[in-house]
Amino acid sequence: MRYPASHFIFATCASLLVGCSPSEQAKAPSEAAQAFEKQLIKQFVLAKPGDVITIPAGVHPISRSLSLTADNVTIRGEGMDKSVLSFKGQIAGAEGILVSGNNFIIEDLAIEDAKGDGIKINEAENVIIRRIRTEWTNGPDEKNGAYGIYPVQTRNTLIEGSVAIAASDAGIYVGQSHNVVVRNNRAEYNVAGIEIENTQGADVYDNLATHNTGGILVFNMPNLPQPGFGTRVYNNRIIANNTENFAPEGTAVASVPAGSGVVINSNDRVEIFNNHVEDNQTANVIISSYFSAGFYTTASTADAFDPYPEGIFIYDNQFIGGGDSPDLLELQALRVAAFGINGRLPDVLWDGYVNTDKLVDGQVPAEARICVQNGTAQVVNVDGPNNYANVTTDMTAHQCALDKLPAIELDGAFFGGQ
Amino acid sequence: MRLGLLLVLLLTGCSQPQMYERENPPERLSAWQVVMIEDGQLVPRDRVVPYDLNMALFTDNAHKFRTVYVPQGQQATYQAEDALDFPVGSIVSKTFYYPKDENGQLGYHTDYSDDFGSKGLNLQRVKLIETRILVRHAEGWQALPYVWNNAQTEATLEWAGDIKPLALTDKAGNQVAFSYVVPDANQCAGCHAPNHTDGALKPIGVKARHINKAYPFLGGQDNQLVHWQQAGMLSDLPQDLALVPRNARFDSEDSLEHKARSYLDINCGHCHNPSGAADTSGLWLHQGQQDQRRLGRCKPPVAAGRGAGHGRFSIMPGEADKSIISYRMASTDPGEMMPELGRGTVDRDGLALINAWINAMPGDCSTPGH
Repeated sequence: MRYPASHFIFATCASLLVGCSPSEQAKAPSEAAQAFEKQLIKQFVLAKPGDVITIPAGVHPISRSLSLTADNVTIRGEGMDKSVLSFKGQIAGAEGILVSGNNFIIEDLAIEDAKGDGIKINEAENVIIRRIRTEWTNGPDEKNGAYGIYPVQTRNTLIEGSVAIAASDAGIYVGQSHNVVVRNNRAEYNVAGIEIENTQGADVYDNLATHNTGGILVFNMPNLPQPGFGTRVYNNRIIANNTENFAPEGTAVASVPAGSGVVINSNDRVEIFNNHVEDNQTANVIISSYFSAGFYTTASTADAFDPYPEGIFIYDNQFIGGGDSPDLLELQALRVAAFGINGRLPDVLWDGYVNTDKLVDGQVPAEARICVQNGTAQVVNVDGPNNYANVTTDMTAHQCALDKLPAIELDGAFFGGQ
Repeated sequence: MRLGLLLVLLLTGCSQPQMYERENPPERLSAWQVVMIEDGQLVPRDRVVPYDLNMALFTDNAHKFRTVYVPQGQQATYQAEDALDFPVGSIVSKTFYYPKDENGQLGYHTDYSDDFGSKGLNLQRVKLIETRILVRHAEGWQALPYVWNNAQTEATLEWAGDIKPLALTDKAGNQVAFSYVVPDANQCAGCHAPNHTDGALKPIGVKARHINKAYPFLGGQDNQLVHWQQAGMLSDLPQDLALVPRNARFDSEDSLEHKARSYLDINCGHCHNPSGAADTSGLWLHQGQQDQRRLGRCKPPVAAGRGAGHGRFSIMPGEADKSIISYRMASTDPGEMMPELGRGTVDRDGLALINAWINAMPGDCSTPGH
């Protein structure tokens, strides 16, 4: 098979496709578009270290996953609203782009309407995801792909300046990784805006999470190669995450109530500070154990798994409104009973599970406490272990401080100047 | 006589498989001299040995004409669990095709070697789709997809893979229309890199447990491993074949358990193992996996997305219709289905097998606790 020179293909496609109106995109791809796709796949397959794969401006229909295994490759478009890879007609592959190469950079393009995940980076070291957009253009829908931006089992990952819209699980989802920075992104109309899961060392700051079901999630799931700990969530705006939960039943985030600002589940050593958290109608912050996630049975979870959120430090956030219309019936009833018909749940909602095996003289050890130093913000312990029998807002147990976590450093030549 | 001998020598000399530099593989399949068209048949060349598997990977019920070649004077080394260890210069080929009925319609039914024995494929009776070459270089294995032309005269290297709209007819006369997707060369690694960390490609089918079976060789039926050993292609095979692991087949007398585990092994285990691409899921389905939760029993999903299909656990004992594995096998939506690649249709036989296995499991997952 002979291919015309790549620049010829690109030039042709770009000039043809830039003018495409949305209605034209739904039609079967033109021959030029098919030739573009084939050439693009070939570039991914034959990529060598140092290659830059350019995506010209235009809407490019892609029917199969783009799979990259080479190290040191950059994929570069002309802007997240200009260079669009549209997977609306995708027939094969569980993600739009799948990457396993190290020292990977993707920037300035959009991945739309992937059948599964937008971009998945599985097991790579040194990753930069910059100014990309992943979006399901029909808005929130259970049929949308699970994750927009999805690095998993990575080391040293920077996600910045990106936009993630309408994923049926998490817009930005970092799983089982080490050393992660997620900053200056916008996540909206996803079930989870930004989710850090089973990850060791993550800084999440300067992001906007709005109109998701839950704004920013820090989770641990059982039965996985590594537990997560050490996440800082700070300087974010986490506003009005009240979108009805549209996750498929059975997924972990399907149990997240609409109106959740920050949710910590089963994770340890998490710091939440200097955020602007506003109008999240269930609660501005939820701290819960795996027992409240809807999965736990003695058969489902390996003994080694730690289901308790421990060492949580919440301070200096700006909480405005929220908690006034919780999603779950029992929380709604609790709000009315404890805080009155026009009352609101306090800013921090805790399910109240503690590891009784660790108690010293009946007290949670200092390093495992949930500490809150946030002005007048209160914690409501809903006493999940006793079916909400003894709901309390007694702050005594939370008037403490924890050692602050170190900042995540992304250094080395690859991140030079970042 | 002398001329005849010379001709034989010449023919032998040029009909052995050829090696090419990794960076410069041939555009045409025929250049490999692994499988060739002769007298209207696709046949293996000299020293190229056809083989087949016990339980095999489902690929839209495509039939597969598999061959293995080991350079003369060298041997693959037997391995009990992993793929046999092949010497540099070895070539494994797999030709995907569909049998045609009298009306030229393509059949949709399970594949075994009945179509050819070791005689070759009658091109009047089959539609050739693609031939995948796995070649062992000094640096490791390389995977190359070749796609057949409509005239069935040659297959051409397609780095980007291909899409072929097909309509198949099952035994009940029902037509199944779908897009057959030839994977691109990187997607080969999606399955053929059992250790996703090092990314090294390995053959999947040429493991002892898959090829430990009888095969109708030209000279008569024989166990494949024994035949390879006797042909000088294989060393270190245990004397006692009973010590060699063996996967089940659909049509064997093996237990439901062994058949189901064999099916999961060849269809899922290359990714779903502790170092595979799907180790992110914590679900491990390779043969030998003993931990029931790792195998999916009462295991919640991690990142299944809508592939969870409203199920709470990969396997809900006794209830296949609530089990995520069954749901994902029954789906053809790229965002839900498993395996993720390599099929556009549902493996009805495989799904029935796994459903029967799950439905026969005792117990439940319902004991809540904390």
